[in-house]
Amino acid sequence: MTRRRPFRTASIAVVWLWLGLFALLPNLGLLLVTFLERGESDFVSLVFTWDNYARLADPVFVRILGESLWLAAASTLVCLLIGYPFAYAVATARRGLRPWLLLLVVIPFWTNSLIRTYALIIILKSQGIASNVLMALGLVSEPVSFMYGEFAVFTGLTYTLLPFMILPLYASIEKLDKRLLDAAKDLGASSLRAFWHVTLPLTLPGIVAGCMLVFLPSLGCFYIPEILGGAKSMLIGNFIKNQFLVARDWPLGAAASTIMTALLVLMIIGYWLSSRRVALRERKGADTGAATAGRTPDGGHDMTHGADGARRARGRA
Amino acid sequence: MTLRLRTLRTWLVWLVYAFLYVPILVVIVYSFNDARYTTEWKGFTLKWYSALAANGPLVDAALNSLSVATLAATIATVLGTLAAICIRRYRFPGRKVLHGCIYVLTVSPDIVMGISLLIFFIAMGVQLGFWTLLAAHVTLALPFVTVTVLARLAEFDEQLIEAARDLGASEWRAFRHVLLPLAAPAVAAGWLLSFTLSMDDVLVSFFVTGPTFEVLPLRVYSMVRLGVKPDINALSAVMFTLTIVLVLLAQTLTRTRRK
Repeated sequence: MTRRRPFRTASIAVVWLWLGLFALLPNLGLLLVTFLERGESDFVSLVFTWDNYARLADPVFVRILGESLWLAAASTLVCLLIGYPFAYAVATARRGLRPWLLLLVVIPFWTNSLIRTYALIIILKSQGIASNVLMALGLVSEPVSFMYGEFAVFTGLTYTLLPFMILPLYASIEKLDKRLLDAAKDLGASSLRAFWHVTLPLTLPGIVAGCMLVFLPSLGCFYIPEILGGAKSMLIGNFIKNQFLVARDWPLGAAASTIMTALLVLMIIGYWLSSRRVALRERKGADTGAATAGRTPDGGHDMTHGADGARRARGRA
Repeated sequence: MTLRLRTLRTWLVWLVYAFLYVPILVVIVYSFNDARYTTEWKGFTLKWYSALAANGPLVDAALNSLSVATLAATIATVLGTLAAICIRRYRFPGRKVLHGCIYVLTVSPDIVMGISLLIFFIAMGVQLGFWTLLAAHVTLALPFVTVTVLARLAEFDEQLIEAARDLGASEWRAFRHVLLPLAAPAVAAGWLLSFTLSMDDVLVSFFVTGPTFEVLPLRVYSMVRLGVKPDINALSAVMFTLTIVLVLLAQTLTRTRRK
């Protein structure tokens, strides 16, 4: 510490300067705008008000919020129900096969999400593939369209965000010490019981991280409802976008975005609590000798395997 | 595991892959279809690809995207790697805040970043265009580089650096000759990740670029909103192929470097 270290000082300064200027300051500005009045000539006028939050109680916004939360929750649930068994299957596949199976999940993840959303139109539209398949099977007698509505948006969200669920789940399931399951079975637990009492609690951080990575973006991705949902569908993301680019009501749009930030904070707390519980459990397990030696006691707390693991996995492909 | 469970598992894996890939493959097949409006197969053609190459605004937007993505990825990789090294190596006031900040940025919704930067740039009186887009994409990608490099740095021995320092290397020399070569695969991976994040981004770009500077995702967005067109099929096929090449390149890059 007594030596002069120009490289150290410069690095810290540059990093802080960038993040301060382009991350912290803008977010503070966003928060500030939620308390300002809408301006006549400029976008905002410097008058303090709580009114923007009160305006969010408007039935129109409440309906959009309700629909967004419902669609996001449904997509998250479906992603989890598909993603968990899938991630489990990949994590328990032959060791040499795993990187390839995972690579196949990562490729769509790198692919442009607009292009992937667009690809769904061909499947879902009237006389599209889905309709033709159903007709060939004799399930419907005339062409059907799945486009432009809640179902199409739901399919689009699930399709686009599924890899974000699979990757953190895979990371946490692969880390799981399989010997704990053997121990549970030796002690007489059925497979279901062992899953419920060992696998599920220990992979909870992965579940929470996956849900966070699906739920939050699905509220904000305004292009999916716009491409697949038609004019009727509107999510919070569309509402915010319209306030900023069409209605020019920045304070209202900014106030709506704080709802997303609040949800983010709640989910981070949930993630933190779940990973702390896993860490405690594993530590307890290590003490009683149920868990094997050599495993780090802070296993669950390592956030690198969780929340951002999915998007980061793109870089590690 | 019983035989039935095993079959079920295989089926599930195949179904998920089918769900992920069938739509993309269908688009690629249709990009060679000689029909404008129907989904029927009317014979093989390459005309949509030549239509694509003749689409001036689209080519311009693609070039704009490439230049922004290359620059943004490079800056984000430098800053993100520095941030990772600061967090891992140094003890300074605000270190934990910085670490937390990076993690929150990786999970925070893109649209929030988009509007906060829009407010910031307008408040500062900056003209929206190339520079604002560049700054936004660097900020978008930086935390992902940091997290990738941090994971790599956690794997190797801190004492290597200490040894270099004890032998009289300056902090910069230790970084240049010990830390950087060891972290190189993660740095390369971070660059590729930043590049794709920038090429793919719609939500942030939508707010921070001006009418004078159009990028590919926004151009594609306005095309896609008008519905199914064969030239978008061709564009999709091109972009998907490029993605696969990039992924395989990244894969072999990290494999050989690790040996």
